[in-house]
Amino acid sequence: MMSKPFEIPGKWEIEYKYAAGPYISKFLEGLKEKKIFGIKCNSCKRVYVPPRMFCERCYVELNDWVEVKETGTLETFIVVYRKFYGLPDPPYALGLIKLDGASESFLHYLGEVDLSRPEKIPEILKQGQKVIAIWNEERKGSILDIKYFKPL
Amino acid sequence: MDKVAIIGVGLTKTGRRNDVSHQELAFEAIKTALKNCELDIDDIDAVVYGTMDNFDGISSPERFDSIALGCGRGRGKPMMKITTGGTTGMSLALTAYYHVASGLYDTVLAIGVQKVSENVEAQQVLNTAVDPILDKTFGLGAIHAAAFQASRYRSTYKSNIEDYMCNVAIINRKNALRNPFAHLKLNITDDDYYSSPYLVWPLRLLDSCPSSDGAVAVIFASSKVAKRLSENPAWIKGLGYISDSYWWGTKPIEFWDNLAILAKRVFKMAKISNPFKEINVAELYNAFTIQEIMEYEAIGLAKKGQGWKLLDEGITCFHGSLPVCPSGGVLSTNPIAASGLIRVAEAALQVMGKAEGRQIDGVKNAIAHAWGGALQFHGFMVLSNE
Repeated sequence: MMSKPFEIPGKWEIEYKYAAGPYISKFLEGLKEKKIFGIKCNSCKRVYVPPRMFCERCYVELNDWVEVKETGTLETFIVVYRKFYGLPDPPYALGLIKLDGASESFLHYLGEVDLSRPEKIPEILKQGQKVIAIWNEERKGSILDIKYFKPL
Repeated sequence: MDKVAIIGVGLTKTGRRNDVSHQELAFEAIKTALKNCELDIDDIDAVVYGTMDNFDGISSPERFDSIALGCGRGRGKPMMKITTGGTTGMSLALTAYYHVASGLYDTVLAIGVQKVSENVEAQQVLNTAVDPILDKTFGLGAIHAAAFQASRYRSTYKSNIEDYMCNVAIINRKNALRNPFAHLKLNITDDDYYSSPYLVWPLRLLDSCPSSDGAVAVIFASSKVAKRLSENPAWIKGLGYISDSYWWGTKPIEFWDNLAILAKRVFKMAKISNPFKEINVAELYNAFTIQEIMEYEAIGLAKKGQGWKLLDEGITCFHGSLPVCPSGGVLSTNPIAASGLIRVAEAALQVMGKAEGRQIDGVKNAIAHAWGGALQFHGFMVLSNE
């Protein structure tokens, strides 16, 4: 047998273009104007942000567009300290944020938070605290038109 | 439906397995499983095969693994490939069960194979499995989802949950010392845990599973064949699978309510009324420490928000009244598509009394579990020596 096994290098580098669909497209279009659109299910009365074509609970199509506030509640949070190859540079904080007027939370960055000492995180970030969207000056119809959410 | 039993199990050494190719690793597991129940590959009626293609950087490796599965030229064997994320291994077990219980086949081989160590960064691969329109931007992988669970659990139920996650980290890695097929075998202390770096707060390196290469083969048989070939097969008494929404904000993050529903269904099928008393050993899918604690609660071993109490009482350690993951669990070994089927294999070995150095005394009933997807899929099984 060979003393050292051969390893053949490989790499996947494939480009895609994912269709966002009409609902997310309208949501992203709204972000350009600093508007956050959700959609209401008239059956269960939930407001989904980001909006979707159908309610997963009632299994009905949704058409009742609403605008929600740029303020909300931090449902939970994490802080990335490790550099994972190919992913954003640490440290950064992520939150699940329920906007005022929405029924459920969604994922975004938390900003203007001191992340230098991990052991202090529970004193700095709190479940249930209020947050507000901080907008990018230049907005092009991306989830990152909201730069991050800032704890209040 | 016919009764179904597991009659043979083949585990491989895990860790960095760059000594063998994908198909050679599969062959190693299958060869061992066949030997352990004295069957020949031609005695196998059908094969179910699972892997998660992108961890290994090969699309559809079943194309060339097929020859290792006994599906090469001249055999004409039925073969089905299954990929359901972390639950892949459990999906294999369920599918093998359905194949046999339906009466279509007498002997079915389930084989999971994975080489996670061959990618540079598993979280980068996992980032390809989140919503590509919005979530992918934020670098979300599996550890991030588990960190949300730990953070939310911490704030909702128990501010010092970290001390219990430490317990889970230590118990599992120590258990792995008894398991020749485990990847990480660490005799760690509290100090090691608390000095372990945060990867994604509140999860530390020692809260997390490794990137493992490994394979497992499990042979399922009809009652007729099982009784003929095996003195003490592991009978499958109950099993099931459950799904939920992808969306993080749609489901509770601090409690696995869909696993709770599934466990109730499966225990009912298995006629287990008091799992805490009737189950003798559990192989749970603990890719991250917090998840083992949440699984205690979801499967009804502890009340909601109180899973950590089992650790206070030492119930789930190797010598406890209900040992969890005497194998070292997913925390010690995680060849992803194989991991769910390893839980089934380990539970079967416990029931058959063949778990060697990690055998728990007097096992009658065992459970196996796997979770997958965006914290949204679970598979669950009850095995018994009767």
